[in-house]
Amino acid sequence: MRIPKFLLSILLIACLVMAVGLPAYAAKTIKIGVIGPMKFVQGKGHWNGATMAAEEINAKGGLWVGKKKMKIELVKLDSNEFLSMTDATNAMELAITRHKVDFLVGGFRTEAVLAMQDIAMDYKKIFIGCGAAHPQLCTRVAKDYKRYKYFFRGTPFNSMYLVKTCFIHMATVGGIMKKVLGIPKVKVAIVAEKAVWVDPMIAAAKGFIPKIGMEVVGVWRPSAVATDVTAELSAIQRSGAHMIFTTFSSSVGITFARQAGELKIPAVQVGINVEAQKDGFWEATEGMANYVMTMNTYARGVETNELTPRFVNAYIKRFGEVPTYTADTYQVIIYNLAPVIEEAGTLDADKLVAIIENREYVGPGGKVKYMKDAEGRHLHDLTWGPGYLTSLGVQWQDGKLKGVWPNRWKAAKGVPEITYKGVVPYKIAPWVIEKYKK
Amino acid sequence: MILDIITSGLINGSVYALLAIGFSLIYGAARIVNLAHTAFYMVASYCIYFATHKMGVHPVAAMLVAIILVTMIGLVCYQLFINPIREHEAAVLIATIAMAMAMQEIMLIIFTGDYLSVPSLVKGYLKIIGVKIAYQQLLTFGVALLILAGVWSLLKKTRVGLAIRSTAQDREVANLMGMNESRVAMITMGVSVGLAAFAGAVVVPLTVVNPHMWMHPLIFMLAIVVLGGLGSLKGSFAGAYILGFTEASVVFLIPLGAFLKGSVALSVMILVLLIRPEGLFGVAFEEER
Repeated sequence: MRIPKFLLSILLIACLVMAVGLPAYAAKTIKIGVIGPMKFVQGKGHWNGATMAAEEINAKGGLWVGKKKMKIELVKLDSNEFLSMTDATNAMELAITRHKVDFLVGGFRTEAVLAMQDIAMDYKKIFIGCGAAHPQLCTRVAKDYKRYKYFFRGTPFNSMYLVKTCFIHMATVGGIMKKVLGIPKVKVAIVAEKAVWVDPMIAAAKGFIPKIGMEVVGVWRPSAVATDVTAELSAIQRSGAHMIFTTFSSSVGITFARQAGELKIPAVQVGINVEAQKDGFWEATEGMANYVMTMNTYARGVETNELTPRFVNAYIKRFGEVPTYTADTYQVIIYNLAPVIEEAGTLDADKLVAIIENREYVGPGGKVKYMKDAEGRHLHDLTWGPGYLTSLGVQWQDGKLKGVWPNRWKAAKGVPEITYKGVVPYKIAPWVIEKYKK
Repeated sequence: MILDIITSGLINGSVYALLAIGFSLIYGAARIVNLAHTAFYMVASYCIYFATHKMGVHPVAAMLVAIILVTMIGLVCYQLFINPIREHEAAVLIATIAMAMAMQEIMLIIFTGDYLSVPSLVKGYLKIIGVKIAYQQLLTFGVALLILAGVWSLLKKTRVGLAIRSTAQDREVANLMGMNESRVAMITMGVSVGLAAFAGAVVVPLTVVNPHMWMHPLIFMLAIVVLGGLGSLKGSFAGAYILGFTEASVVFLIPLGAFLKGSVALSVMILVLLIRPEGLFGVAFEEER
């Protein structure tokens, strides 16, 4: 059958109109790529936080970009970064080239985020990291600002501050142990999973622990996915450690806490155990995780500021669990990206970068201010400390994750004590008391 | 420290032995390199989790159901995916790894990547000369030994065992002697997958259930069977304990290198193979030809 010429012409014109018109239609939304290991809790946190933020903005009709109101459209990108770095970089490429996202939030494993960061920078896309802690992500910004200025850290603060906070937790718990149990010098075993983000923390811990009057009795580095750490636990017990400084972001955190609880290892656990930050940890350890303490961003009933309960309660209501720190995609979108876009009146990355890096804002996790390095260069890293982001110390107490720090914390001499609303006193495990009480 | 190494090595070695013997059995009897072997172990762990946590079934009953169910799944997989291509070893290799990946993805879709666990059957611990050993670990060790003894009895004392051993020695002659070689292969597959499921059942209260839990044991199991000699049950048994003790020794002797325990154990395997390429109890290739 022959197609008449005029019909063919109409078809061609229609195709042309669609080709030109569809992107214009698509441009009515602001596309945010949420990238993370979506089949895992970390990725779910990324997505849940971003979903809440997008719904909140869209319920108000969207954001003013100049004279145009644009809604938020989220694009879910599974980086599968726990298993494949290639999947992570492919997801990033896909986000930018096929989905044409305007902004990117997420990422978890430093190894993967470093690679994804490069791709985002190639395309000059603003990428706000919400998971990886290695300082290199931001020192890259200072060293090669022109290339890396589109990267910002959204959460958590870098591993040097993570370890600093852990030291404060250790000193606090060590002080309680000295007072309650009469231990003159607390012995510490460092147990850190084998991962890049942990390396600078171990070096810092080995140097700092003696300075706070404690003694390092050994360093153990199990695999991040070890399914049996009883050998390590036996060795730790033999070392006479009173405290175990943990740095876990993967499943070994469950194995370690469960087996330590089962064997009643007489040493308190303080540090970072990402799995212990989740509501499901109690069940995952079959209730063996009692008295495990970890750094965290949010906890039921603990208020960092007036914005915290609103976010935490809404998140619990929506998703049935306390948000983990990767859910700070909410804070990043609502309190950072959204107001900056409205202020700039454009989606132009260069113009937005100039505003973001000089701006201070308060979110549910605390006050955010981007740092500069010692030479005054932009780092796009998060400021840590009283008045800014501090995080929380949380402890599992009889099946409930309670906030225990900051509790009358004095950051320096002469400054007022800080206590967040809702924190409770730290508890020493009874089997530790039984072992050391004189 | 020596006692620590002995206890850790014995427990780890027993679990590895359970997996490796099942793998060795099907390779020895039917020349099937079943790379999905540890994936069945993972599926069994999920079945137990589901039955205990979602259906409220007692863990022991859940374990029995899981073993039966996974054995049946294994037999179905054998009939559908392995039997038709059995004669092509490379194809079997690829098909079984594909099966394992499929099982992983299915579990990932159903249960997501969340880390899950199953309660211990016995809580608490025993202290032997200063070493704390969880009752569950002792139970695992005991059950593993019992199962291994059961497999030995099956092979040595029953007609099925005789058929499996005969087929393992010479498939063609066994066939000529009236044994249904294909059926023996299927029975062996059932026993082999059953052993993987048993391993999953005894280990699940000690480990973290996740869709990727099959990968590390697979590498170890392959190392064990190569170390012990492909198809040799005795070799798999010895290889399992050698690697179990090596792992434990690394943790105690090089705490900073605890994550290297797998690598060191695999290096031991390479070292043994350099001295004895056929493995500890394997048949020399020349002799086999």
